[in-house]
Amino acid sequence: MNVVQAAASTVAQDMVSPDAAIAIEDVTLRFTTPDGHMMTAIRDFTMTVERGEFACVVGPTGCGKSTTLNLVTGLLKPTTGNVRVMGRPVESISPDIGFVFQADALFPWRSVIDNVAAGPLYRGVAKREAHERARDWIARVGLARFENHYPHQLSGGMRKRVALAQTFINQPKILLMDEPFSALDVQTRTLMQDELLTLWSELQSSVVFVTHDLEEAVALADKVYLLTAGPGTVKSIYDIDLPRPRVMADIRYDKKFIEIARVIWNDLREEVQIGHSRTLATGQ
Amino acid sequence: MTAYSPSDSVASASAIASAESLARARVRRRHMLVIALRILILIVFLGLWEICADTGIIDPFFFSSPSGIWEQTWSWITEGTSQGPLWQQIYVTLEETFIGFFIGAVGGVIAGIILGRNRLLADVFSIYIKIANSVPRVVLGSVFIIALGLGMASKVALAVVMVFFVVFANAFQGVREADRAMIANAQILGASPFQITRTVITPSAMSWILASLHVSFGFALVGAVVGEFLGAKQGMGLLISTAQGAFNANGVFSAMIILAVMALIIEFLITQMENRVLKWRPAPFNEQGA
Repeated sequence: MNVVQAAASTVAQDMVSPDAAIAIEDVTLRFTTPDGHMMTAIRDFTMTVERGEFACVVGPTGCGKSTTLNLVTGLLKPTTGNVRVMGRPVESISPDIGFVFQADALFPWRSVIDNVAAGPLYRGVAKREAHERARDWIARVGLARFENHYPHQLSGGMRKRVALAQTFINQPKILLMDEPFSALDVQTRTLMQDELLTLWSELQSSVVFVTHDLEEAVALADKVYLLTAGPGTVKSIYDIDLPRPRVMADIRYDKKFIEIARVIWNDLREEVQIGHSRTLATGQ
Repeated sequence: MTAYSPSDSVASASAIASAESLARARVRRRHMLVIALRILILIVFLGLWEICADTGIIDPFFFSSPSGIWEQTWSWITEGTSQGPLWQQIYVTLEETFIGFFIGAVGGVIAGIILGRNRLLADVFSIYIKIANSVPRVVLGSVFIIALGLGMASKVALAVVMVFFVVFANAFQGVREADRAMIANAQILGASPFQITRTVITPSAMSWILASLHVSFGFALVGAVVGEFLGAKQGMGLLISTAQGAFNANGVFSAMIILAVMALIIEFLITQMENRVLKWRPAPFNEQGA
């Protein structure tokens, strides 16, 4: 048990360093719903992601996990508090950001190569060069023979690979992922997690990975942020000091991994129950 | 714990091949059956019509007969109509239809995309579009004849208004239905608003737009023919109204069939174009006997 305590220690207050890749400071976000009610999505939210760090955000359903990502992209503006990306306040979508969506966000009318080349083409790279780069990234995710296929001709896992290549080709310094593998079957998901860690270690970008799957979070992350039931705020932060490189297929049987996951789960379970009973009470 | 690996059941290659050829033969037989039944129904229908007309059960003066329609069509083809060669009538009507269709479709797509992308414009104009759409558009034909005369312009104008609203409504809906995640993805990959409209919104609205083109081509043809009906110097619509004035039921039916054949040919061409443009779409689950 000693090992666990050391590994999964709750960090009381996160230090905000000026050099952090992402710094969300004391942010509260309120919406006005279409029928005129105020709704608080997240409150007093503070989070820091260092350069090259892999952070996972877990929490019960509807606690504002995805909201945190949209604060970083600038698609949502905080009501109070401030968000800085690479030391600068967020004004518009930064070219340093890459985003992998939960849903299939590939363009179905474009072949694999045109999908992957989309980023460079939007950013004004010549077509020939964009295709050359795209070919390189398609090969890296292992789809070299599928360049000219359309998304509907690929399996779910292959489409996710295309989505990863499409995001990584822009060489994002910050990678935001919104439950990217939740629609995949367990075996494919394990493969994709390995793929992601390989790409990430090459690129050294800072990652915020949102998931409801605690084991996925522990297996991937350097740091796990646990949110409370909505309106979400950070409940605890865990440092995961499992050694890298990690192999996804084996790590779930690692003793230390199991201990860490159990400690965090005890913490998370409470919030899941609060969120669940609240949903049943309000009927929303 | 013991692991078993069942060895492959030995299904010889020749057995599989013969099963496959049997399955193919079954599909082919069914296809032939469908075509045979279709032809049979046509023959029975035309035969009954002809017999009823010959035996006086229905009066061929009012309801025509297959042989009468054929004679009329043949004489139009070989001897020409009262207003000039048949081909010229077809050509005039097609020209009006195509020009009207083209202008209406392009206008509808552009207006649909602009209003679909701009919520304020959409909110402001939606009421006027509803009003304009509720006017029975065929009535506008009279207005156009008064304003633009008996020539081609009035028919084209009628075809345009017939087409515009259908295409507009579909393009607008298509833009609105464009996938949010896809737009956000393009935005984060670095697309400008114009690039998003061009490379995300327009292609995703395309299947809606193309679906509307099928319907609206028929509307363009209706516009052109009704326009000619109301007043013209040439065209299939005039041919019908002349036949009607002379109580020539054979002529009305004959012109109707010629128009139907024209519409079917164009419909086929539009489907070809659609398949080419939408080649990225997954094939429909079951496409038999088409």
